[in-house]
Amino acid sequence: MRLEAIPNPSHLRRYGFPALAIAATVLVASVLSWVAGAEPFATLGLIVKGATGSRLAILETLNRATPLIFTGLAVAVAFRAKLWNIGAEAQLYAGAVMTVVIGTSAWGVVWLQLPLMALGAVAAGALVLLGPVLLKTRFGVDEVVTTLLFNFVMLLFVSWLVEGPLKDPMGMGWPKSTPIDRDLRLPRMVEGLRLHWGFGLALIAAVLVWLMQARTVLGYEIRAVGQNARAARFAGIPVNSVLVKTALLSGGLAALAGFSEVAGLKGHLTRDLSPGFGYTGIIVAMLALLHPLGVVVAALFVAGIFVGADSMSRAAGVPTYLADILLAVALLFMVLALGLSRYRVVWK
Amino acid sequence: MPSPEVLRLDRITKRFGALVANDAISLSLAAGEVVALLGENGAGKTTLMNILFGQYVADEGMITAFGQPLPPGNPRAALAAGIGMVHQHFTLADHLSVLENIVLGTRPLLSLSLGLGAARDKIRALSQDFGLAVDPDARVGQLGVGQRQRVEILKALYRDARVLILDEPTAVLTPQEADALFATLRRMVARGLSVIFISHKLHEVMAIANRCVVLRHGKLVGTVETAGTNPADLAAMMVGAEVQRPAIAPGQPGPALLRLRAVRTPDAEGAAGLKAASLALHAGQITGIAGVSGNGQAALSDVVSGLLAPRAGQLEIAGTPAPQPWTPAAALACGIGRIPEDRHKAGTIADFTLAENTVLETRRMAPFSTRGFWMNWGAARAHAQAIIAKYDVRCPGPETPIRLLSGGNMQKLILGRVLEGAPRVVLANQPVRGLDIGAITYVHSQLIAARDRGAAVLLISEDLDEVLQLSDVLHVISEGRLSPPIPRGGASVAELGLMMAGEGVFDAA
Repeated sequence: MRLEAIPNPSHLRRYGFPALAIAATVLVASVLSWVAGAEPFATLGLIVKGATGSRLAILETLNRATPLIFTGLAVAVAFRAKLWNIGAEAQLYAGAVMTVVIGTSAWGVVWLQLPLMALGAVAAGALVLLGPVLLKTRFGVDEVVTTLLFNFVMLLFVSWLVEGPLKDPMGMGWPKSTPIDRDLRLPRMVEGLRLHWGFGLALIAAVLVWLMQARTVLGYEIRAVGQNARAARFAGIPVNSVLVKTALLSGGLAALAGFSEVAGLKGHLTRDLSPGFGYTGIIVAMLALLHPLGVVVAALFVAGIFVGADSMSRAAGVPTYLADILLAVALLFMVLALGLSRYRVVWK
Repeated sequence: MPSPEVLRLDRITKRFGALVANDAISLSLAAGEVVALLGENGAGKTTLMNILFGQYVADEGMITAFGQPLPPGNPRAALAAGIGMVHQHFTLADHLSVLENIVLGTRPLLSLSLGLGAARDKIRALSQDFGLAVDPDARVGQLGVGQRQRVEILKALYRDARVLILDEPTAVLTPQEADALFATLRRMVARGLSVIFISHKLHEVMAIANRCVVLRHGKLVGTVETAGTNPADLAAMMVGAEVQRPAIAPGQPGPALLRLRAVRTPDAEGAAGLKAASLALHAGQITGIAGVSGNGQAALSDVVSGLLAPRAGQLEIAGTPAPQPWTPAAALACGIGRIPEDRHKAGTIADFTLAENTVLETRRMAPFSTRGFWMNWGAARAHAQAIIAKYDVRCPGPETPIRLLSGGNMQKLILGRVLEGAPRVVLANQPVRGLDIGAITYVHSQLIAARDRGAAVLLISEDLDEVLQLSDVLHVISEGRLSPPIPRGGASVAELGLMMAGEGVFDAA
């Protein structure tokens, strides 16, 4: 058995296989919920309803999508340059730490302090990815290993912070940081609706990243380095410097997820601030085919499944693990479908 | 007395999508005969031989070896039937000895002994018989290209091959090594073995073959006895028309635009670095570099294109030292246009469109970008369109991914990208490798036109004919050393061959 590239795949092939992947995902999910003892299609209906069925559900989905848009963009930007940033989780926490540090220091100049929190977060996240990328460009150290392992280092560091220097003295001994001031919270996008400006910021970021990739010299250079680093170097593109710029951008975007979770939603730092937003960002980016605007759609889809599964679980008694399985299966089928839309299998 | 037929290919047809690589080709081979398979690149020679050797399965037709039908798609069956193949790119394990390479695959998987003693004796005898001098205990990684080819031939003979297929065997050899190969082939033929000799070099074919089978665009154009033909007729059959070598008017040399003074670079992966190489590229001249591959051409090309900074010695651009650090961007800024050796891996980005590939080097300049920040894709598309029209790039348009283009059209786009920048120096490294005759003529005429506009052209090629035809002055490169400049007509092919083999006058190391 071998794969033969199809030079110019037809539209049917290009869109048919991804559609088939979605259908197959629905089928697997149905079988699983049937195994769990629930009515198969009713379960899926409950997930959809739980994610979009009410104003509250929709707002919850949008809130949950916000950090996923940021981490999805971070991964998409890096993967375009074939820089395998698996460390969005660590960069998210770096952003969250910086947000709390700046947000809990007493200044009194509120209009300046909130943007500074965001900028500080971006700088911290960028710095976290700078180390692995310099190790890669200088010594050829594999960034998959360094960025992945740094996630655990960062989580331990945060554990120490919330037990030590940043610990809330009024927190009744819980491992959490001092909350940032009420005035330093991200305002709501519409008065009365529980949706903070982090979501708006994420949408703006997606559009800016898309503009950057499609319309700027840097975006073009990043794509060139990712597609063929040797040709890029031959054409005079400084490959290492492009990789460093990509890393700063990617780390900064992931850190904004931490900023928006702290300043928009939680108000303080805990070690369970992120239920794996950094890792889920990889799924989001892959489902979006690394397209920045696709990231928004994919993040809404993934967030909807998580939110919907919570509510489905309460109603139908199927464990929320179904959501994780659903996403994993969707990703696998999608990757397979993308392969099949460009390659044909020859049995011989 | 006619010799018995050993091999018959009957109406072999092979299609790749819409392309018919072999169109009902029939061919027979007698014992003790050398048949040359002649054709341009892409004529279908290698495809046909891969079918014969079982690496492809033909869509139609059948093969008979020694009176028995050969099962399709099975290299083992081909080997067992006594067919041996020496590929253009050798298939040897560098870390094993000659002996181990030859024995590899001939013993059952779980046998306890490799039987090396008996094998060594057999190989010695074969070496003696056929004039294939090589030490059976040497490591293959330490052997030169000519010796490796001998190992490949021994490998086939060790398996009792009665028919030997040689795919472009002389492409990597010096003229002297090629002569030695021919002597070996004559001995084989004298013992009743048969040879299929794939080539597009006419004088070799005339020298060694009994018959020539000419392919063009996948079709069999004709079979002729060598004794009854001449190179001009063969060339006409190959390309479908009388070819006349255009007489090229000599260039008008001006000042030196790029100069290497005793430049050294480190050796790299089986290819020599430069050893105190000195070279001056003059305006209005084509300077050719002749040599066998792996003798420092890559290093020279990398230095001129900015990929490699000299470790010692000086690089001067128009009389002033080259800027530091010496990078591809610096080379471009100095007005050096580069046509890379590997147009697929270094020259273009496969999934990028023609427009995107056109502005790879000029992306930060007006009108393609605004202040080096925003890309101006409209201008890039227009520029690509202009190159497509001016350089006759056959393609659907500037938005086509470049991987869909043929090699010739890809090279025309690269040529346009380079020449539209009005470079002072043009580096052309293997500019016509793998192209058809029409594209070759076109690329050559454009290089000459660039010369006549006053550019200094550096032509690096492993095809001696190409270098001799185009160069106003040439250097021979051998083991990283450059010969002094030799003016047009200043040395015979035999003298150049000796120099390519490392003998003769070179700059002091």
